[in-house]
Amino acid sequence: MENKAIICKDLTKQFGDFKAVDKISFEVSEGEIFGFLGANGAGKTTAMRILCGLSFPTSGEASVAGFDVYRQQEKIKKNIGYMSQKFSLYDNLTILENIEFFAGVYGVSRPEIKERSRDLILTLGLEKEAKKLVGGLPLGWKQKLAFSVAVFHRPKIVFLDEPTGGVDPITRRQFWEMIYQAAAEGITVFVTTHYMDEAEYCDRISIMVDGHVAAIDSPTALKKRFNAVSMDEVFYELARNAKRTLD
Amino acid sequence: MKRLLAFIRKEFYHVFRDKRTLLILFGLPVAQIVLFGFALSSEVKNIGIAIQDNSHDIHTEKMIQKIQSSSYFHVENPILNYNDIENRFKDGSIKCAVIFPTNFGSDVQRLGGAKIQVIADASDPNTATIVTNYLNAIIRDYQQELNPTAKLNYQIIPELRQLYNEEQNGSLNFIPGVIALIFMIVSTALTSVSVVREKELGTMEILLVSPFKPIMVLIAKAIPFLVLSIINFVIIIFLSVYLLDVEIKGNFLLLFAESILFIITCLSLGLLISNVTNSQQTAMLISMMGMMVPTLILTGFMFPIENMPWIFQAISHLIPSHYYYIIVKAVMLKGLGFSYIWKETLILAGMTVLLLTVSLKKFKIRLS
Repeated sequence: MENKAIICKDLTKQFGDFKAVDKISFEVSEGEIFGFLGANGAGKTTAMRILCGLSFPTSGEASVAGFDVYRQQEKIKKNIGYMSQKFSLYDNLTILENIEFFAGVYGVSRPEIKERSRDLILTLGLEKEAKKLVGGLPLGWKQKLAFSVAVFHRPKIVFLDEPTGGVDPITRRQFWEMIYQAAAEGITVFVTTHYMDEAEYCDRISIMVDGHVAAIDSPTALKKRFNAVSMDEVFYELARNAKRTLD
Repeated sequence: MKRLLAFIRKEFYHVFRDKRTLLILFGLPVAQIVLFGFALSSEVKNIGIAIQDNSHDIHTEKMIQKIQSSSYFHVENPILNYNDIENRFKDGSIKCAVIFPTNFGSDVQRLGGAKIQVIADASDPNTATIVTNYLNAIIRDYQQELNPTAKLNYQIIPELRQLYNEEQNGSLNFIPGVIALIFMIVSTALTSVSVVREKELGTMEILLVSPFKPIMVLIAKAIPFLVLSIINFVIIIFLSVYLLDVEIKGNFLLLFAESILFIITCLSLGLLISNVTNSQQTAMLISMMGMMVPTLILTGFMFPIENMPWIFQAISHLIPSHYYYIIVKAVMLKGLGFSYIWKETLILAGMTVLLLTVSLKKFKIRLS
């Protein structure tokens, strides 16, 4: 228990007759980079919403950072960071103001925000842009900044919902370097993606099909099991049997 | 508390960096006041009138002179033949025509009575009524001059007083309505748009994942608009008093308190709208069509509610601005105290509590 950042056991979410998430079970260790894959409509987002404390499961058990998803949503929220595929910063606030706002919402103290935001801006090489509106930044920069903001309050776990959507390959590379950096600092990373090359960067991945976890293992082991050269093939092998159509 | 302050500061950044919001926020009230105060005057002046005098005698001369000297009318070229009248009504150069028949003067003197034809353009019924009233008064006036000594057996003279607005200042009627209208636009529309914008941008998700409580999100959204609406209120009152010569007869603090209550009603309404919509356009449309139009039409400041069919009268009682309008009129124009408006205040407060509860509940439901 003490080394597990996320534990799911028979987690189910039902909307009427439709089981969006159907008895999924998995565990994520602390400091792990966990890839959460699945076609559109496979139930990824629903599962992620439960783990982030945004909705309640219908049945089953789950704990995030040691807190129960039924009773301790508030505590979960304090211990996680979140970044979504939709852009998650405010365009008409400056970089500094964005950092100050999100850190403030997570209760980071003013002096700490001041000191660490200066460091962060130096690390990202954004000294000149710090007082400019975020709206003028290129998308790649925005995404990197959004990630930095999501881990600014040093959460135990960070949830990334397709963080690199629409970003060029070089920036994606840099983005993943930031993810590794965060993992090295002990932050557990829970990431969804549609890019199979990114799946290879993960320590372990799970692939959801029709609300179930169809496979879960390290990328190397999965490729071996399905006798495939790339994760692309593994994913295709599993997902082509899906019955649900895109929604 | 610190978190809330960080949030509110962010909201102010949003407002002050968005030119459109700023324009609606501060340009609109000023424009409305000026428009309603000056342009949309219900008084009628300088009406184009044409006269056809077929008699040319001393009586018609004198009456024409009276019409000419009145500031209500602007006398156009005389009418030469009957067909001319219709053409000039059609091209819009006159709103009214007066025709003296032949032998007008001699009829008055010999037969003791004569007729004048008055034709008014009733495509605008209000103006037509006012114009004919003015002409009636002028004619009656002249009659009196002709028979200063005529004694009836009895005489009933109406002594008229226009209470609460002796000078017939048109702004007085509009100001309370305009205040209600502006709060509806600023508080309701801007609040709903500001919440929905976060949904559209996807930042709402980030906020909901944060430890910031959903209710606090709504409060943080509403507070800046509460403050800005109060500033707006002060601006409107200032303009009304110094620009439109409206006198506040009642207690200013009472008016202020009632206004804050109404602003909160509007904010709750805005939050409710933002809960049921997902795009800024829809939110704007609902606020504008659903709130502004009823405010204009059903609060009674443009059209008297008493004359409406019962169904509209019933609907008007569901509209918060209806009560606020009554309150503002009572306090501002009549100088009445709280004991006269406690019923309306209570209804408004009840509506606010209801709207706020529903919007907060709805916001929670959306989460799970």
